[in-house]
Amino acid sequence: MSRPAVRVERHTRASRTALPAAAVVVAIAASVPLWGSSNLMKTAVSFLTLLALAQMWNLLAGYGGLLSVGQQAYVGLGAYALWALSERAGINPFLAVPLAGLIAAIIAVPTAALAFRLRGGYFAVGTWVIAEVYRLLVINISWLGGGSGVSITSVGRVDRGTREVVVYLLALAVATGAIAFAYVLLRSRRGLALTAIRDDETGAESLGVNVFRSKLWVYIISAFGCGVAGAVIYLNLLRIQPDAAFGLQWSALMIFTVVIGGIGTLEGPIIGTVIFFTLQQVLSDYGTWYLILFGAVAALIAVWAKRGIWGLLVRRWPVDLFPVRRRLCLETACFPEDDSAPSPAGDAEAGTIRQT
Amino acid sequence: MSLLELADISAGYGSFQALFNVSLSVEEGETLAIIGANGAGKSTLLKTIAGLLRTAAEKVRFDGRPIGDLPAFERVSLGIALVPEGRWIFPSLSVHENLLVGAHSRRTGAWTTDKVYELFPLLGRIRDHQASSLSGGEQQTLAIGRGLMSNPRLLLLDEVSLGLAPIVVAELYRAIPAIAASGTTVLVVEQDIGQALKVADRVACLLEGSVALQGLAGEITREQISRAYFGM
Amino acid sequence: MAWVNDIIQGILLGGLYALFAAGLSLIFGVMRLVNLAHGDLSLLAAYAALVIVGPLDINPFLSILAVMLLLAVFGYVLQRGLLNHALDAGPLPPILATFGLSVVIQNLLLEGFSADSKGLDAGRIEHQAITLSDQLAIGWFPLITTLTAVVVLLGLSLFLGRTRMGRAFRATSDNQQAAQLMGIDNRYLYGLAMAISLATVAIAGVFIGIRTTFSPSVGPARLIFAYESVIMGGLGSLWGTLVGGMLLGVAQTLGSHLSPGWGVLAGNLLFLAVLAFRPQGLFAKQVHE
Repeated sequence: MSRPAVRVERHTRASRTALPAAAVVVAIAASVPLWGSSNLMKTAVSFLTLLALAQMWNLLAGYGGLLSVGQQAYVGLGAYALWALSERAGINPFLAVPLAGLIAAIIAVPTAALAFRLRGGYFAVGTWVIAEVYRLLVINISWLGGGSGVSITSVGRVDRGTREVVVYLLALAVATGAIAFAYVLLRSRRGLALTAIRDDETGAESLGVNVFRSKLWVYIISAFGCGVAGAVIYLNLLRIQPDAAFGLQWSALMIFTVVIGGIGTLEGPIIGTVIFFTLQQVLSDYGTWYLILFGAVAALIAVWAKRGIWGLLVRRWPVDLFPVRRRLCLETACFPEDDSAPSPAGDAEAGTIRQT
Repeated sequence: MSLLELADISAGYGSFQALFNVSLSVEEGETLAIIGANGAGKSTLLKTIAGLLRTAAEKVRFDGRPIGDLPAFERVSLGIALVPEGRWIFPSLSVHENLLVGAHSRRTGAWTTDKVYELFPLLGRIRDHQASSLSGGEQQTLAIGRGLMSNPRLLLLDEVSLGLAPIVVAELYRAIPAIAASGTTVLVVEQDIGQALKVADRVACLLEGSVALQGLAGEITREQISRAYFGM
Repeated sequence: MAWVNDIIQGILLGGLYALFAAGLSLIFGVMRLVNLAHGDLSLLAAYAALVIVGPLDINPFLSILAVMLLLAVFGYVLQRGLLNHALDAGPLPPILATFGLSVVIQNLLLEGFSADSKGLDAGRIEHQAITLSDQLAIGWFPLITTLTAVVVLLGLSLFLGRTRMGRAFRATSDNQQAAQLMGIDNRYLYGLAMAISLATVAIAGVFIGIRTTFSPSVGPARLIFAYESVIMGGLGSLWGTLVGGMLLGVAQTLGSHLSPGWGVLAGNLLFLAVLAFRPQGLFAKQVHE
């Protein structure tokens, strides 16, 4: 009596080397305060926080199918929560960072109750309206500093060098945390449900996936992540202005980064963030042209290369660094056979001929 | 030259193949019935003819002209009309408006709204009703009338009898000889063999995506059809 | 009496919003596309008018036809060149593509015209009013705007209800594949819908440009007003959009009356309330499956 030689394979050749490599990259990044300049760390903070925001939006839209254009609500709420906790409640500003995420997540619950009444494009604008409402509320509440904004002064008591190091490490923790969390989540049972929803919402529902609850969870998690990232961003900037903190530009950055890098993959947002930062540095002398270019490329990629740059790379060199799917392996072969990245439903080839 | 010539057609959806090397021709003026069980590839065949599925140009010839790569809307102006399975009437439009949309291609010919109302008096009585309020039989009648409004040389009818009461089906099939008499070539696809045989000059039987039997309606026996139908 | 005046001004402001929202409503109805660049396109229209009016030294009203033509052509090309392909690719790409377009237009205007506020000067008409009493006056310009909105909406509903192409629009909205089987070329039809949509946006853009000053960054806020009008009125109902726009206008003027900063917020809150208690909108066209 031998059990059938079937196992579920969850790693790929590339991923076995990718995980240790990722650990090395994080270790090197963690050593930056020992040798890097203060300027490098400041830039790195905006890089890492954008990476975290992009991962959060990717989780939301790429896996949850929730195309939000209103995640700036949680960046702003995270920033203001940080200010309220540290300046008004006297909590250590560094400790206030995770609490700010928690506050954003709590506010996300009633927000979702409203926004989830809308679908597709109207959900997108709906989340945006709600972000506007939060911005206008903040502006009109004088306790929160009104339209001119507020400053975070309590960290002034911490010596500048220490502050920069701690903020940098917080940003690093947020970025790696976001990636690691998404990786673990997507490999879990709930992640499998999410991937199923991404590929075919009706199909997933009929298989017993509670689509609404899964989406709600993703929305709350994403709000938490954006809130924490917002808090770290403003711990770096120290001055919060409502128009900037709740600004649409956060959504633009998150969305373009993910779309260009490759939506629905963990690698995509990383690549997108690198491309954005490179473009921004190269074109820094040319006003907002980097944004024009970035927006145009994102629009074109969204239409003609739906899997983004990472998708194009994978098509050429099949690798899957962060495998979140399962493969069925018999003694001699695995299904799907190649261990390249999967192509989610709705890809070009599936779209050519489809009934009704 | 045949009105419609299909040469070696293979088609499907994604990784599923529904048709395997089907070749078939339809003569001008005849009524051809294509019969076959569920999943035999009948609807896929009609979609390939109507242009909802496309193939290489020369695989579908209409009046000698290669049209396999033309989109559906261009084939309408050449004279091909499909009355699709499931009827696909426009629910927010009135019955009369549905007929007018049917004439969108502006092909001229014998069929006008008046002629359609004459053929189907039922539609005339409900001409101002919103199509969403129609019964299944009324919807099917409207779908056929709408198809006629483009004055097609070739009318494709997909599963007219599906989900309708026998008396309604009989009513609809009574109209087919009148349509054929106006010079329109009719291709009916049916699971209901009895109805199909009553109106058809010729019969083709599809089995698992291939033509299993072809012949004149008068010369084929029921037994031959049953064998082709079930693949025994 | 001041309240009555506020409500009247709000209704007239709502006419402007409806004029602006009609195009958004139309393309959603025909192809289920939510155009996130709608607001920025209205700015494109206003800047186009600015460019035409400046050297010719003419009244901005006279530029409207030219701007309409310009945006209609732009809309047709945009639809056939980009958005038709996006519609084929699934639900996400159209939204992402129009969002990208929004950022591109906004920043191109910023590069071309700077962040300074600009305005279109229509002369004396902007300040003339019909005085009904001490506290009640109806400005000629808001009145003309609202009448224009009614005329545009009337034109659109006649087009949709009575013409061959209008029927084709509604048929395509009901079932795109079935419409193709009637000989309707949906790619051309979508191009036409976007052209019409942007032609109405052009009218609205010039009117808003006369009413208030504008800068490249105000497009997104305008999109929100249009969107709120459409949703509150009920998807797919053109006249609902007019009522939705007027409700939004009244909420904003009443909100501003309470406190200058509360105008836009009051409009947004009314919108959220409608969403909470009547998510299908106030005049939703019955949805048939």
